[in-house]
Amino acid sequence: MNQFHYDSVEATVSHDEQVRDIDSARGFSGDRIFKMITLGFASSIILILLLITVGMAVESVPALKQFGWKFITGSNWDAVQGQFGALPYIWGSIVSSLLAIIIATPLSVGTALFITEIAPGKLGGAIASLVELLAAIPSVIYGLWGILVMAPWLQRTVEPFLVDHFGFLPFFRGAPYGVGMLAAVIIIMIMIIPIITSITKEVLLAVPKSQKEAAVALGATRWETIRMAVLPYGRSGILGAVVLGLGRAIGETMAVTMVIGNAPQISLSLLDPAYTMPSVIANEFAEATSKLHSAALMEIGLILLVLTLLINIMARVLIWGVTRQRSAGGHI
Amino acid sequence: MNGMVARSIKNAGMMILMGVATLLVLTPLILIFFHIVKEGAGAINLDFFTQIPNPPGESGGGMANGLVGSAILLFMASLFGIPTGIFGALYLSEYEGNRLANIIRFSADVLSGVPSIITGLVAYTLIVVPMHGFSALAGAVALGLIIIPIVLRTTEEQLKMVPGTLREASLALGVSFWRTTLQVTLRSALKGIVTGILLSIARVAGETAPLLFTTLGNQFWGRKLTEPMAALPLQIFNFAISPYADWHRLAWAGALVLVVIMFGLSLVARLFGRQKPMT
Repeated sequence: MNQFHYDSVEATVSHDEQVRDIDSARGFSGDRIFKMITLGFASSIILILLLITVGMAVESVPALKQFGWKFITGSNWDAVQGQFGALPYIWGSIVSSLLAIIIATPLSVGTALFITEIAPGKLGGAIASLVELLAAIPSVIYGLWGILVMAPWLQRTVEPFLVDHFGFLPFFRGAPYGVGMLAAVIIIMIMIIPIITSITKEVLLAVPKSQKEAAVALGATRWETIRMAVLPYGRSGILGAVVLGLGRAIGETMAVTMVIGNAPQISLSLLDPAYTMPSVIANEFAEATSKLHSAALMEIGLILLVLTLLINIMARVLIWGVTRQRSAGGHI
Repeated sequence: MNGMVARSIKNAGMMILMGVATLLVLTPLILIFFHIVKEGAGAINLDFFTQIPNPPGESGGGMANGLVGSAILLFMASLFGIPTGIFGALYLSEYEGNRLANIIRFSADVLSGVPSIITGLVAYTLIVVPMHGFSALAGAVALGLIIIPIVLRTTEEQLKMVPGTLREASLALGVSFWRTTLQVTLRSALKGIVTGILLSIARVAGETAPLLFTTLGNQFWGRKLTEPMAALPLQIFNFAISPYADWHRLAWAGALVLVVIMFGLSLVARLFGRQKPMT
C-alpha cells in the first residue's frame, strides 16, 4: 500500500508537469497556482514557529540587556524595585517536572504493559480508553480538583503523617499548607501519566509478534518475554514518550499555578510553596505595568520556549526513529 | 527445577506489580471524574445557563456569558485555524517527498508541543500591544495558533489514506491536478477530516492559559470583539481560586459542563467518523 502510494505520487507529479505545459500554453496554470496556495498555507507553520521565537526574543531584549546572565542566577524578584532574577522559577519548574516524571514513568510503563501484555482483551481496551478519555480533561479542571479536593486532603492527612514520620529528612520539614511543591508534583504526575501511557502502549503494540514468539519458544516466562523481547525493542520509543511527557510537565500551567502556592523561594522541603516559570507568567503578565517587568516575564517565556523546543525535538527524533524501525521490522 | 520456581515467583511478582501500577494510575483519574460529576451535578441548574455571575458573596448566578464567549472564541479560532490546517495538509500529502514538506511536518509536531501559555504571549505581542487593549480577537488568535498544527497533521493522515488509484482514475479522465485534489482526494477524506477538526476543537475548548492575557475575561457580557470577553475555562479558574464557597460551586458546575461539551464533541466526532474502510 505504502509502496504503491509513492508510485502514484510520482505519476501525479509527472502528470502535473504535463498539465502545466498545456495550461501555460493556454496562458493559465491552475496547478501552479494551487501548489503555491497550499505551499503558502503549509509554510505558515514554519513562519509561526519563527514568529514565536523571534517575537519573544525581541520582546525580552530590555531584560536581557539589563540583567544578562544574572537573570538566570539571581533569585531576587521584585517588581517594585525593578529587580528580576528567575532562579526560583527555573528551580521550581525543573524540580517539579523531574520528580513528577520519575514517579510517572514506571507507573505509566507498568500500566501500558498491563494493557498490552497481561490483559490485551476487553479489560485492557477499557483501561486504555479510560486513560485516553482522562488525557483530554483540561488542565484547569485538574487544578480545580487539586485545589478544592487534593490540597485539603494533603494538608489534613498526608503532610502531617510525613512530618511525623519522616520529619528528620530535609524534604519533609515545615508547616503543612496543602498547596506547595508536593501538590504540584502529584498533580503534574496525574496529568502526564495518560500521555506517557498511551504513547508507550502504541510503541509496545508495534513490537513484532515474532520477537515475542521467539522468547516464548525458548521457554521464557511472561516477565522474561517482556524484559528480553518487548522492552529492548521498544526502548527508544518509550524514552521518546517519557521525554514528551517531560515537555508537557515543564509547560504545564493552570493546574500547577493553582496548587503550587506561588512563592518564589528555593527550598528543599516538598511541603513548602514554590513557583514555576509558566505560573509566574500566568499570574503576573496581565498586571505587569513596567516595561522591564513584562520584558522579564517574556524572557522567562523565552527560556521556557527554548527548553520545550529542545525537549520536543529530542522526543520527536526518538519516536520517529521507532516508526522507521517499525516499518523496517515489518519486512523481517 | 529450583531455578524454575524462582523464575515463576519473579514472574508472578512482576505481574502483580504491573497490576498495582495500573490501579495506582486509575485511582486518581477515577476520583477526579467522580468529584466533577458529584459536585458539578449538585451545583448545576437553569440559572447556570441563563445568568451571568453574581458579585462575590451573593449566591446564585451562572456562567452564561462564559459559555457564549467560549463559543465565539472557538468559532473565530476555527475560522482561520481550520482552512490553514487543511490547505497546509493538502501540500504535505499531495506534494510529499520533498525536503520542505518534511521540515514543515517536523515544525508542526514541535509546534504542538509548545506550551499553550507561550501561544498566549505571542498573541499578546501580535494583537494586544498594537491594539492597545485586551480583546476577544487576541484570544481567538491564540487558540487558532494551537488549532493549526493539530488540524494539519490529522488532515494529512486522512488524505494519505485515500488510495492512489482514485487520484489516478481522475487524472486519467483528464481532470487537472488541482481539481482532482479538491474534488476527489479531499472529498474522499472529508469524513475523517471533519472528525479530526471536531476533536481538535474539543481539545482547545478547555485551554485556559492562552486566554489569561489576551481575552482577559469579563464579569459581564462582552459586546465587541475588540473588548475583553468572558470564557468558560477562565471563569472556572478565577472562581476556583476565589475564597467564596458559592463561586466554588459555580466552578464545579462549569467544570462539569465543560467536560460534557468536550466529551460530547469527541463522541459526535467518533460516531461521524465511523465509515467503511476504503479498499
